[in-house]
Amino acid sequence: MPDQGVLAIKRDFKLVGTRPLRPDGIDKVTGRARFGADMSAPGMLHALILRSPHAHARIKSIDTSRAEKLPGVKAIVTRDDFTVPKRPDLADICTNVMARDKALYDGHAVAAVAAVSKSVAREALKRIKVDYQVLPHVTDVDKAMSPRAPILHKKMRTEGVEPKPSKASNVAQRHEFGHGDVDKGFAEADIVIERSFKTEATHQGYIEPHACLASAGADGQADLWCCTQGHFMVRNVCANLLGMEVSRLRVTASEIGGGFGGKTTVFIEPVALALSRKAGRPVKLVMSRNEVFRATGPTSSSSTDVKIGIKRNGRITAAKAELRYQGGAFPGSPVQFGAMTAFACYDLENVQTIGYDVVANRPKQAAYRAPGAPMAAFAIESVIDELAKKVGMDPLEFRLLNAARQGTKSSYGPTFGPIGLEATLKESKRHPHHLAPLGPNQGRGVACGFWFNFGGETCVSLNISEDGTVCLSVGNPDIGGSRASMTMMAAEELGIPYEKVRTIIADTAVLGYNEVTDGSRVTFAVGMATIKAARAAITKLCERAAKIWDIPAEAVEWESGYAKPAGANAGNFKPLSLAEIAAAAASTGGPIAGHTEANADGAGVSFATHMVDVEVDPETGKVTVLRYTVFQDAGKAVHPAYVEGQFQGGAAQGVGWAINEEYIYGEDGRLQNAGFLDYRIPVASDLPMIDTVILEIPNPGHPYGVRGVGETSIVPPLAAIANAVSAAAGVRLTHLPMSPPRVLKAMMENGHGA
Amino acid sequence: MSQIAVSTTVNGDAVEYLCESDETLLDVLRDRLELTGTKEGCGSGDCGACSVILDGRLVCSCLVLGAEAEGREVETIEGMAEGETLHPLQKKFLEHAALQCGVCTPGFLVAAKALLETNPDPSETEVRYWLAGNLCRCTGYDKIVRAVLDTAKDMRSV
Repeated sequence: MPDQGVLAIKRDFKLVGTRPLRPDGIDKVTGRARFGADMSAPGMLHALILRSPHAHARIKSIDTSRAEKLPGVKAIVTRDDFTVPKRPDLADICTNVMARDKALYDGHAVAAVAAVSKSVAREALKRIKVDYQVLPHVTDVDKAMSPRAPILHKKMRTEGVEPKPSKASNVAQRHEFGHGDVDKGFAEADIVIERSFKTEATHQGYIEPHACLASAGADGQADLWCCTQGHFMVRNVCANLLGMEVSRLRVTASEIGGGFGGKTTVFIEPVALALSRKAGRPVKLVMSRNEVFRATGPTSSSSTDVKIGIKRNGRITAAKAELRYQGGAFPGSPVQFGAMTAFACYDLENVQTIGYDVVANRPKQAAYRAPGAPMAAFAIESVIDELAKKVGMDPLEFRLLNAARQGTKSSYGPTFGPIGLEATLKESKRHPHHLAPLGPNQGRGVACGFWFNFGGETCVSLNISEDGTVCLSVGNPDIGGSRASMTMMAAEELGIPYEKVRTIIADTAVLGYNEVTDGSRVTFAVGMATIKAARAAITKLCERAAKIWDIPAEAVEWESGYAKPAGANAGNFKPLSLAEIAAAAASTGGPIAGHTEANADGAGVSFATHMVDVEVDPETGKVTVLRYTVFQDAGKAVHPAYVEGQFQGGAAQGVGWAINEEYIYGEDGRLQNAGFLDYRIPVASDLPMIDTVILEIPNPGHPYGVRGVGETSIVPPLAAIANAVSAAAGVRLTHLPMSPPRVLKAMMENGHGA
Repeated sequence: MSQIAVSTTVNGDAVEYLCESDETLLDVLRDRLELTGTKEGCGSGDCGACSVILDGRLVCSCLVLGAEAEGREVETIEGMAEGETLHPLQKKFLEHAALQCGVCTPGFLVAAKALLETNPDPSETEVRYWLAGNLCRCTGYDKIVRAVLDTAKDMRSV
């Protein structure tokens, strides 16, 4: 069969685009599905971690002797049990997993105990004596950049500035993107608006706390079961941190109870492995919710200045932004992505973004859904909204006038191919939501958002069984229904029913390296690998049919689940089904399988426009979301119900970020709200139904035109809601979350409050 | 510390166990009875992932002591389907794609079952307020609320 390549985009489907039940569904509605904390092993110990109560402190000594004497304690690990790897990113992970000379934030791990029961482990933690010398701390991003700020890392010199500074600072790196001449552009502008914005740190808020079960033997081999977005990443990082050969560690991904980026790194896994190795027994380690808040995630808090100039006709002449993100105690905030995505929705002649990656005494940030982009979009889309109002244009019309299109040189460099921004804007303009009337104290906001989407290293294996059923092994944890999408794509290609394919998440010993489930990459990259593996299997099925018929393989073609002679010249044979060929496999050359090993390129960028109505209570400042509609380009929606789910979930998380969620630190640098009662994520009664409109502008980089959809949906909501609240409150809100006290204060200062 | 002997009923089966005095019903279900369908999301009664029905009343099992189950009836997610036959709510959750990661799903199903037993014809607002004690971070609740309303409609017409 000729290789169709990726340029021929299939648009005519039997299964893709339908809504079959998910293959892991029964397990998940009956309680049978096994998540991180649901696994146990004979002889298993329970582990707990001791954490720093200080935001910044030198650890002078750790005395574990009294804990070791407690009956039932089987192993204790501290910094002395880990060797810091040379690679800087791994060194940071190692230092985050177990504090070394200093505790860098409230919640930083200092020691861990494995014992015969949780209660013995709890008692043992109380007996560990840590001698701290408390140091001055800083948690705010702008304060951390001040020359007088306490320095977290003596050796840190800001990267990306010339000449390289000689003095230590908390600024890890400066990034710059853009093109044209912004000074010239601002000189040409009739109207220029300049504003500053702040967002607070939010947590990914997955309902399942991190959990793992480690079993390491004296022979140097180890097994790990854990909830993660990428078990291959877990394997590689843990092996490095523990000085193991990578293939000696086998990692199995459990079902995962949410991640949103927060489970793309390791926290407890190396600790459990180290304890298990020391104790010679399996060790289970499960975080409490308090630990999840204090020591995992969250995303960055940010501070951003935006300046945009326009002509009186609404055309943008120049756009500039400076973004400052603190990413916790280690370098790596997503400010680079913030700076790249900030103006990606616009066709700009002159644009410049500068980003500063800042460290502060907070937990090391982890990726959170479109990392860095929502905060940037909040700042930029707020100013866009204000400019549209200033020139009396409909905000959608204003965006259409300036929108990025196919051929636009993006603000971060590449020139866009076919993209769907304009389609989402046009669709939202004619949607009934846009025309619906508003009542008193109500406002409507719109905003656009962009995300790159990723591809990356992928390996899948598709095996055909003798009865014609198919096992598809993929290496990416299924975080939101991806097994259904993979099953659909495999069945679509092979031309067999959905029910004939079973997709499993294979462990690290079974497949080659698969990058983590992130960057909205799975349906795109693993889907593409699945299609290619199916096509490879089809080639073999055709070869086997050719052998049965004794004709050349080129004379056989595949159609709707059958091999058949390609035209009259090939001979007159009754088509053979996949099951018939599979049944004869032993006599035609053995098992039939298709494999793909790839580094997937060509992830299509994706855009969304969100529209939201809110009501602001003038007496309390409380914001209620009344109506919400998401318009987003999916390229091709493989399973539309789960595409809608991604749109709705992103919007809901955005609502939380915009009006409620924030990390609150006390003067002492301790997190004040490390629980779901005080860190309140949206509940069912906080939200309306979230309407969705799926647009399909095919991605030329995927055989079915698929684009990732998971992340773009959290980019516009912060700005859309801020624009709606600003309209309803009669004052521009520039600080998230727009909690009642903040909204009320802004209204009173502006003379609008009750 | 001596352990407490407890006799109780779980999903209709007589069960006996020993537990510590400070051990929660959630820990007993998960660690001693191997009923891991009930999840722990917070341990403080804020997320509803550990929802079970105790003598007909919806509770967070992380806020109930194992010893308190003495002589009572506990219903968990594992008892919701009858053999191969799913409860209508379980079916509708699948049909509506009302789950993504699925970790909150057992809690939602148990809570929704308790709702429909109390109020077979809830309004959307009533569903939203009843389920406000169950956190879901994936779905934005849209499909969950639709699944519950649709189940209620079907169950009423039976």
